[in-house]
Amino acid sequence: METDEVPEGKLPKGVTRREFASIAAAAAAGWLTTACGNRRLHEIPKDKLRSAVARMEAEYAAQYGRAVRVSDTGPMDDVVFAYALDISRCVGCRRCVHACVEENNQSRDPEVQWIRVLSMDKEKGVDFKDANPYYAPETVPEEGHFYVPTACQHCRNAPCTKVCPTGATWTEKDGIVVIDYDWCIGCRYCMAACPYGARHFNWGKPTLPAEQVNTNMHVLGNRPRQQGVVEKCTFCIQRVREGRYPACVEVCPVGARKFGNLLDPKSEIRYIIENKRVLLLKPELNTMPKFFYFYGT
Amino acid sequence: MNELRQFSRFVSGSVRLVTRGNGAYWLWLFVLTVLILSGAEAFARQVRSGLVVTAMRDQVSWGFYIGNFTFLVGVAAAAVVLVIPAYVYNWKPIREIVIFGELLAVSAIVMCLLFVLVDIGRPDRFWHLLPIVGHMNFPQSILAWDVLVLNLYFIVNFIVVTHILYRAFHGKHYSKKVVVPLVLLSIPMAVGIHTVTAFLYNGLAARPYWNSSILAPQFLASAFCSGPAILLAVVQLLRRFTKFEIQDEAIWKVAEMMAYATFINLFLHGAEAFKEYYSNTEHALYTRYWFQGIGEHRTLVPYAWTAVVLNVAAFILFITPKARKNVVLLNVGCLATYAGCYIDKGMGLIIPGLTPDALGEIYEYYPSIAELRVAAGVFALGFLVFTLMLKVAVPILLGEFHGTKPATTS
Repeated sequence: METDEVPEGKLPKGVTRREFASIAAAAAAGWLTTACGNRRLHEIPKDKLRSAVARMEAEYAAQYGRAVRVSDTGPMDDVVFAYALDISRCVGCRRCVHACVEENNQSRDPEVQWIRVLSMDKEKGVDFKDANPYYAPETVPEEGHFYVPTACQHCRNAPCTKVCPTGATWTEKDGIVVIDYDWCIGCRYCMAACPYGARHFNWGKPTLPAEQVNTNMHVLGNRPRQQGVVEKCTFCIQRVREGRYPACVEVCPVGARKFGNLLDPKSEIRYIIENKRVLLLKPELNTMPKFFYFYGT
Repeated sequence: MNELRQFSRFVSGSVRLVTRGNGAYWLWLFVLTVLILSGAEAFARQVRSGLVVTAMRDQVSWGFYIGNFTFLVGVAAAAVVLVIPAYVYNWKPIREIVIFGELLAVSAIVMCLLFVLVDIGRPDRFWHLLPIVGHMNFPQSILAWDVLVLNLYFIVNFIVVTHILYRAFHGKHYSKKVVVPLVLLSIPMAVGIHTVTAFLYNGLAARPYWNSSILAPQFLASAFCSGPAILLAVVQLLRRFTKFEIQDEAIWKVAEMMAYATFINLFLHGAEAFKEYYSNTEHALYTRYWFQGIGEHRTLVPYAWTAVVLNVAAFILFITPKARKNVVLLNVGCLATYAGCYIDKGMGLIIPGLTPDALGEIYEYYPSIAELRVAAGVFALGFLVFTLMLKVAVPILLGEFHGTKPATTS
């Protein structure tokens, strides 16, 4: 037996039981916080975030055998993003759906889609009860139908961020509702709370072939997801924070999709809101979406 | 040191108690073990492959697990029905039952927490929910509230039960200074855990079926039906297989209380159904899915009507004094109540809440084999905990298992 070892059941002199208990508790808590790894991205300091992002880059590069860039660009001052969609123009071709999947590194099998295009009956108007997301005619648009593409509405009064028990999802300063995939516990309370079916869960292990990876990623956006976490549209945060349009806006063949800065009085989005007939989905829920539908013609 | 020796005798004695029993006891334990192992295997597979092994999908993102969770919160809360008269008014006949109610509450909470654990996509990250080490979105998230109150309720009941039993083991009466304040605390807490669990759903404007202020009262009413139903079955078994004496009077009284609870439950359901059908707005869709189905989507309809029939039958049996005093009819009533509330509060609450989904799509959910196996495993584990606790508690309360000579109590 070594001499400096404290005999069983006895504490070193000068340490009361209470002190010992509190030191032990503090040590255990400290150990837990470090051993359990990263904190939430929401509260991580800037310099730590940079090193966390570098670790992600190395991890994804090894995983997919390609150089990967994970951006941690933050929100810009005086910018709040908003979206507008011209219902009278949309032809229901679903190119946005597929461009989104390619841009945002969603699982390919099973395929996770952030945009859901609903085919609606012209006689019934915007009516979810009779909407059909599985329409598959030879050609679109179909006679007597119009289309309402849906995705995350980036609500100002977001029910999803409110209910998250761990604070794994929140609204950024530029109005984008984001998810920390490393902090989400997969309880799916946010999915129950979302009135727009915008949130999607990785029920199985997401698959993403290396050759299809979009290597331009954002830490709060299109970096690869894990099994058992929730994901959704981020307005293509990796693009819009660098001054580009979201992929769906770029790909739309009829120009039905508009995007811009709500705080800029000269922006296209402001023009639409001020001059067109605009409608919100489920306005009675007071979610205050930053996703506006309008009739351009 | 004497304390320590006493404690080790308590532990070794308890181990001896739970490892002795007749054939039926071992068969029961064997069945539970098989179910637990089967559940564990299914859960391991679920952790590996993901929740894709369940029937839940984006449209119906909660299912059987969360349904069971909700039902069991009710069972846990109902222990309080019996706590009130026993401790506050010192009504003797019922006091013997109370301790079992609290043991039941403890086991039910264990099952509740396990059902949440098996439902989350990343059980390895459960600690993200904890304050200090993780981040609890409190007071914003009702789920954070729920985790908090469930754990507190568990601790309070655990302390009360352990204290009473440990004191009895030493041949002493429990300390009123410890028990009474905790019991008084546990009464609002029992109401609290159930109210918070109801608010979990109630607060979601996205789901009109849940977004109705009648939900919390209705949760409480149905809890006061299902909890005592299980308890009555347990005390009858105890009466038959142990020397425990439980007066008929106590059982009848509980049955009578259940009649009132069942009535209130049915009344609140009726009020909700009236509102939906008479006003006949778009929001009636979910109630219609439950009771009538929508188009060819009618999976849940037989369950809905079974629940109605069972609850009405239970009410008639319990409100009739002759019927509730008849052992057979009493047990039929308990079974009907249990099954009725289980359907109502489990699948009947969760699935129509999410069907049709937020964008109007109908995905007909029905639990997969994997889900049923995991759920059976959780129930078996809860029953195992309950059985082992009873195995120790009953001899202590009978004075057969004690550390010192029991003090003669008047």
